[in-house]
Order: sequence, then structure tokens, then C-alpha cells
Amino acid sequence: MTSVKSLLAKPWIWSFVGALLVWLATIGFTGGYGAGGMVTAALSLAVFTVIVGVGQMFVITLGPGNVDLSLPANIGLASAVAMKVMGGSDSMIIVGLLAAIACGAAIGAVNYLLIWALRIPPIIATLSASFIIQSVDISYGRGLQIKPPPGFADFANWQILGIPVLAMLTVLFTIGAAIALQRMIYGRSVLAIGQNIRAAWLAGVNVGRIRFLTYTLSGALGGIDGALLAGYFRGANVDIGNEYLLASIAVVVIGGTSVAGGKANVPGVWGAALFLVLLLTMLNTFGVSAGVRLLLTGLIIVGVITAAGGEKALR
Amino acid sequence: MTATPIDTGFKGSAARNAAARARLLRGLLPALSLALVLMAIAWLNPRAISYFGFNLMLNLAIPIALATIAQMFVIAGNELDLSIGTFVGFVGCVTATWLKDAPLVGIAILLGSIGVYALLGALIHLRNLPSIVVTLGMSFVWQGLAILVLPKPGGKAPDWLLTIMSLKPPFIPFPIIAALLIGLVVHFGLMRTSYGAILRGSGGNPAALRRAGWSLLKTKVVLFALTGLFGVLSGMALIGITTSADANIGNGYTLLAIAGVILGGGEFVGGRVSPIGAVLGALTLALAASPLLTFMHIPPDWQVAANGAILIIVLAARVLISRKER
Repeated sequence: MTSVKSLLAKPWIWSFVGALLVWLATIGFTGGYGAGGMVTAALSLAVFTVIVGVGQMFVITLGPGNVDLSLPANIGLASAVAMKVMGGSDSMIIVGLLAAIACGAAIGAVNYLLIWALRIPPIIATLSASFIIQSVDISYGRGLQIKPPPGFADFANWQILGIPVLAMLTVLFTIGAAIALQRMIYGRSVLAIGQNIRAAWLAGVNVGRIRFLTYTLSGALGGIDGALLAGYFRGANVDIGNEYLLASIAVVVIGGTSVAGGKANVPGVWGAALFLVLLLTMLNTFGVSAGVRLLLTGLIIVGVITAAGGEKALR
Repeated sequence: MTATPIDTGFKGSAARNAAARARLLRGLLPALSLALVLMAIAWLNPRAISYFGFNLMLNLAIPIALATIAQMFVIAGNELDLSIGTFVGFVGCVTATWLKDAPLVGIAILLGSIGVYALLGALIHLRNLPSIVVTLGMSFVWQGLAILVLPKPGGKAPDWLLTIMSLKPPFIPFPIIAALLIGLVVHFGLMRTSYGAILRGSGGNPAALRRAGWSLLKTKVVLFALTGLFGVLSGMALIGITTSADANIGNGYTLLAIAGVILGGGEFVGGRVSPIGAVLGALTLALAASPLLTFMHIPPDWQVAANGAILIIVLAARVLISRKER
């Protein structure tokens, strides 16, 4: 009984409860039809939100004003880079993945360079960077519809007993991220900076280096996400990352991470990502039009954030 | 931090003059950027600097300037509106349908949407929510509503709106007169009235304002309502120019508006904004976005990048000037 109580006290449990409720509502509507397939599909799609969500979570945890708005552009460019480097051949898969990560990490590093050198708020730095990345992507990927190598597309869509392999790997990755956050010097430093940047600096945390690492990490995760998305959807395009601006921020907030910084929550990112994906599945199953779907998605996000409340504003 | 004012107090008059000059330079930066872009255009294509040239080049400057002013109000209160673009699109769709076919219903919808903005301000203040997330969610709501109002591109602007937007006053092109008017009216309201000072104070030092007995809830509601109002004006102006609407018509305005405020010398925190600067910033972006690049034979692919680059260059210039200011 106490274990149930302590479980309910965890902020991330609610995102899983929400995901479960949405799933039950949907299978209630279909009369149980496709319940398993829906979980498989939700897991496959949630993976992409979780990967960028974790990157965004580390950035937001750095404290008020820290947010990475360049993720969508980053994902778009990295997907094109990955597909171009792979060039449709299975032997180049690893090289292509590394290229996408390098591309994303470089974007993250440039983001921090702008923040540090121009002393501008991260919002405007990542925003101006994303303008430029978008243009680079449009002109680099013009008319380009390169298919991923068959081996990579199969890997991105590979399932064992109805569970996507990518989802299993992402679970391992998030466990790693949770350990890094709670048990390693890097993660503890991120939390310390988010709680009080001055105190962290006085305590000897190398604030500049940790912030640099965090933005680079977020960029690199955006890069790998772009490559995986292109593999999963069997092709790269400029708009492939567009929905991940709202999604990456929303999963962080819904998942119980404090927007004021200094308090992060990894399991919540999974719960919130599943919630969002299942929500879309539900609205599609109900057969609502695109307008109603957007309207309800927006209202539910605003509603959830209002219910979760906030201690301090993000900026 | 606390030592800074004492330091400046002991500075010599020469140093103080240098600081004042740097401050002046900083204030002139938006005008300088605009002049630079104009000079570049004049050099590349002298014929563009004419009555008709300006009319064409600044065609879309009025809605951009209005959206920038809208964004400026929330920024003055230390918030950010990531939904202004889709809101402008929604207003555009309402303008091209309801406002023409049933003006009273159209007016009611638009007034209601300003009310929604006011409510958002109250919600953000009372629940202490991050405005970025709330407005990001709202951007979906406005886009969804826009699609419901106008599922396919089309509709038609009301005739009176078309007449206003195609005015051809003598000597000075309409967009320039309109931009001046918008800048001056907002400048007077926000910079020269006592409640304007309170509104800016809510971003500058909310704690002091609260202790002085002002309602922060009210300032936030007023700032958000003003954002809604100017968002509505921007959407209507846009449809007056394009004559028909599309649910995605305003999507690019979110980023343009933020960029315009920052180009115009606004700061993200501290209630430091400048209405005239914001209008100049919007004009700079409107000119730099396409006419300049077309004259320079830069492909449209790179237009977004040019906006980003201009933003970075201006911010870099500001950092250099600010260093002198100290």
C-alpha cells in the first residue's frame, strides 16, 4: 500500500495514467480491435519524441530561458545528411549515422557559441540558428528524395514479438540518461546550474563547459533522431522535424520536469510521449477532421500544463 | 552586480560622455540597420527607390509591423507569444469569410479572440505558467480553428478593407505613412503615458510594482489583450493586401515578429522595448527578406537564412556597443 502511495506521489506517473486512459478510450471505441497494434505503433512513434525530448529536457533543466528551438531544423538537415551519406548502400549505414550525429552536435555547439559570444538569450540564439539551418537544408536537400538503404529502413522498422527494437534501444538509452542525470557529475552539474547558476559556479562547477556540453548533446540527439526518422519513414524531407518543436517541449513539461530548471524527470518523458502519440491515434480513430484534431491537441496540451501548474516561469 | 551604479558614479566626465554616445548609438542601431538595407537596395537597383518601388517592396510591411508590435507587448511583460503567427492566420480566415459575409458575427469572433488572449494572460499569471508552452499549445488551437473556418484557401476580403489597403496618398507611399502612424501611436501610448510606464514596469521590476499597489494580474491581462488586438489588426491588414486567405498564411509571422522586436532594440527581459524601433525592425526585415535578396540574385532558398544572419549581425553589433557602454 505504501508502495502504491509513493508511486502516486511521483510526478511522472500521471503521464502514464493519461496514456493508459487515452488507450482505453480508443480500444473502447473500436471494441478492442487493434489494441496490440496500437501499442506497437505508439511505441515506434514515441521513440522519436523521446530521443529529442531527453535532449530538450537537459537543456530546459539548465534553468529559466534555456530552450532549444533549433531542433526541428536540425532534425530536417540531419535526416538529409544521413540519407545523402548513406547513399542507399547498406555498407555506409554507420558512417551515415555518425555524420548525422556530427551534424547535429555541430549545430548544438554553434548554438552555444552564439549564446556565449553574443550573450543573447538561448531562445533567440537557437531561433536565428534555426533560420540559417532551414535554408541550408532547403538548398542542400532540394529536389532530393533519397531513400534510406534497405538494411537501415528494415532496422528502423524491425519488431520482435510486436515490440519495436528501436523502442527497446531507446529504453536502454533513457536508462543511461537517467543514470547520467542522477548519478554522474555531468548530470548533477546540470541540475545544480538549473537550481542556482551562481551557487553552482561558486561550488566549482564549470558552468560554461556544462552548458556547452548540454547544447551539443541536445543537437547530437536531434541529429540521430533525424537519421532514424528518415529510416523509419523511408526518406528524408525538409519538414520531417516540424512537429518536434512543440512535442519536445511538451513531453518535457507534461513529464514532470520543472520549466524553472533544476528538476528533471526521465521516465516522465516516455509517459508523455506515449500520451501524445496515443492522443493523436485516438483522434484519428474517432475520425475527426484535421482542424478539430489540431484544436483538441492544442487545448489538451494547454489543459495539462494548466493542471500541472508551474512554480516559476520559463523566462 | 550591486557595485555597478557606484562605479559609474565615480567615472570621469569623458567616460560618461563615451557611455552616453554608446547608448545613443545603440538607440540608433535599428534606424542604422534600415538605412544600410535601403542603401544596399539603392545601390543595386536605383529605380526601386521611388514611389512605386516602395509601394511594391513594402507591400507586406504593414501586417509584419503590426504583428511585431503585437509581439512587443508580451515581450514588454517578460513573456513570449509563439502563437502570433497562427493567430494572424486565423484572423485572416475570419476576415475573408465571416467579416465579409456577416460583419457582426465576424466582429464578435474577432473581439472574442482578443478576449481569449486576455484570458490567456490571466491564466499565465494566476497559474504561473511558462508562456512559451502555453502559446505553443495555443498555436495549434488557432491553426485548427483557421482550418475549420476556411478548410480550403479562398474567401474574399471585405471591400472597405481592400479600399483602405490600396490607398494611394500623394508623394509618400501608403506603407510608410501607415508604419509611421503605427509606430507613433504605440510609442505615445506605451512610452509617454503613465499606465504605459506601469505596463513596462511589470516587465522591469514586477516586485516593486506589486509593492506599490499595482495589480500584476491586470497588467498581464492588458498586455495580452493588446497583443490580441494588434494580432487582429495584422491579420486584417494582411487579408486587405492578399485579398483572399489560407489557414497557413500567417505561419511565418511568429519568428518574423520576434526577430523584428529584437532588431528594433527590444530586450527579452526587463520591459525594455521600443515601439518605433520595432516598426523599423519590421521594415528592415520586410525589405531584407525579399526585395534586397532578389536584387542581389540570391535564390529564395536563402531568404530565411538572411533573416537569421541579419539578426545575428545586429546582435553582434549590439554586444560590441554595449561593451563600450560599460
